[in-house]
Amino acid sequence: MTRKMTSGTIIIITFALTIVMAIVAIGLGSVRIPIPEILQTIFGTTSEDVHNTIIFDIRMPRVLLAMIIGANIAISGALLQAVMGNPLADPGLTGVTSGAAVFVLVIMLAMPEYTNFIPIAAFIGGLLAALIVYSLAWKRNGISPITIILSGVAVNALAGGAMGYLSIMYSDRLPAAVQWMNGSLAAKGNNSLYMILPYAIVGWIASIFAIRKANIIRMGDQVASNLGEKVNRIRILLSLIAVFLAAISVATIGMIGFVGLIVPHMARFLVGSNYKYLLPMSMALGALVLLVADTGGRTLFAPMDIPAGILMAVIGGPYFLYLMRRRGF
Amino acid sequence: MFTVDSISVRYDQKTTIQDFSFSVEKGEVLSIIGPNGSGKSTLLKAISGFTPYYKGTVMLEGTNIKSMKSKQIAQKMCMLSQKNQAPNDMSVKDLVSYGRFPHKRWFEKLNDEDMEIIDWALSKTYLTEYQDRPVSSLSGGESQRAWIAMALAQSPKILLLDEPTTYLDISHQHEVLELVRELNSEMDMTVLMVLHDLNQASQYSDRIVVVQSGEKAMQGTPKEVMTQEMIRSVYCMDCEIQYVQTERKPRIHLLKKVK
Repeated sequence: MTRKMTSGTIIIITFALTIVMAIVAIGLGSVRIPIPEILQTIFGTTSEDVHNTIIFDIRMPRVLLAMIIGANIAISGALLQAVMGNPLADPGLTGVTSGAAVFVLVIMLAMPEYTNFIPIAAFIGGLLAALIVYSLAWKRNGISPITIILSGVAVNALAGGAMGYLSIMYSDRLPAAVQWMNGSLAAKGNNSLYMILPYAIVGWIASIFAIRKANIIRMGDQVASNLGEKVNRIRILLSLIAVFLAAISVATIGMIGFVGLIVPHMARFLVGSNYKYLLPMSMALGALVLLVADTGGRTLFAPMDIPAGILMAVIGGPYFLYLMRRRGF
Repeated sequence: MFTVDSISVRYDQKTTIQDFSFSVEKGEVLSIIGPNGSGKSTLLKAISGFTPYYKGTVMLEGTNIKSMKSKQIAQKMCMLSQKNQAPNDMSVKDLVSYGRFPHKRWFEKLNDEDMEIIDWALSKTYLTEYQDRPVSSLSGGESQRAWIAMALAQSPKILLLDEPTTYLDISHQHEVLELVRELNSEMDMTVLMVLHDLNQASQYSDRIVVVQSGEKAMQGTPKEVMTQEMIRSVYCMDCEIQYVQTERKPRIHLLKKVK
């Protein structure tokens, strides 16, 4: 019972912390806005609107985007880890992210007139990558950590090659895509926010419905099947949700690695492996981590705006190595 | 209760189980024995529905399993494999409560009746005191008992066990098999299990089915099955069969490999 209480409390605290961080982040930047003024502007209790544009058109959309996308990728990673029965599964390492990115890049560079289809293209690309990883890594007894990493390497190499080819073929149009490729939230405004929000809400609702199934499938195929579950159907369903959440994130701000790996891992450490707690915790923590990464990226080296994806890679790489070492892979 | 009619299983293009038939009566303990690679585990997995079979039928209480919903099957039949691993931080009670899942709809919560069944399963397996401990902290025997408790919470009519004693030391092996016998005699639970140890099979079974190269070599009571001829032809071992006054079941002493 006490365990339940603390897990719930930890999740609430993390959500609260994320909101506080969001307000702080809105205040940070070339023009500093004190927190009371932010709150007054947001809740409309002031008649002065000096900061209206900065808050509503620039900082708030970016802060919200970072939170939404952080949550998306973290949930995606948590679900993939359940499906693959493997703590190293994450949309980046498995190639889902880069698969989605290739398809986005094709549209951005080769067919810019179809920009509206970017989210769908990302979803298809992500699915394709997931399919390749499954068919490569699947052994009769499930997926082993090593084969998943190797298949991920193969898919990532393939995607890297495709992206390299595209950047050479369309080098004249490349500058527009570079920011996106590095996973940057710079200059993202309300348009991006409105684009991703409906998709994200659909994905979140779907993942709430997935909690129970994720809990069963993490027990292993044999046990799940013995409990009367159709293992393959669950696996496909959960993978679809995971790929969807990762793909819409890639479509919006490009490739951000390691959030899907690190966040569920930290969440598991804090609230345990029961998805009833792990999923909301990953969501809150994912939002917080990417928000901190993005805010750090745009303020620490101001006026330079370091893409959040780069910051995550710098922090995430060593953490991944630490994980591998500790788990003895 | 349970009838297997000429099922055949293919694994990597190779037929590993060929036209296998047998039946299990209500309330009996039936063991499947056979050498390594004879297909006994595959047979059990096929019966439980985990491995597909391409031919034959499995009838559970008169209904073909293939025409039943997987949840319906799970309410009546429970299979426990050789080695199971629970997530590191899962408590014994949480594990056992998973046994109630087949009886619940998608978003249904566990009610008082479920909790009673879970508590009963815990006490039946002598794990009440351990219920809040993580399964990963238990010894091999205790953890196997926890998995059996989960199977009990599933309240099946027939329990399938795949070498339930393989990874245990002898005293824990004994403990698990005694528990199986107790469940069988007190609750009339039908048990179908794969065993390696001939003496355990002899001691704990009402009937035994012998598998050799994917086919049924023999079936009958321990007394009928455990003969020098059977052990020579199936296991290529010479042996002595002994009957102890106080027991009706034969004891097998293996002597040497047949040249």
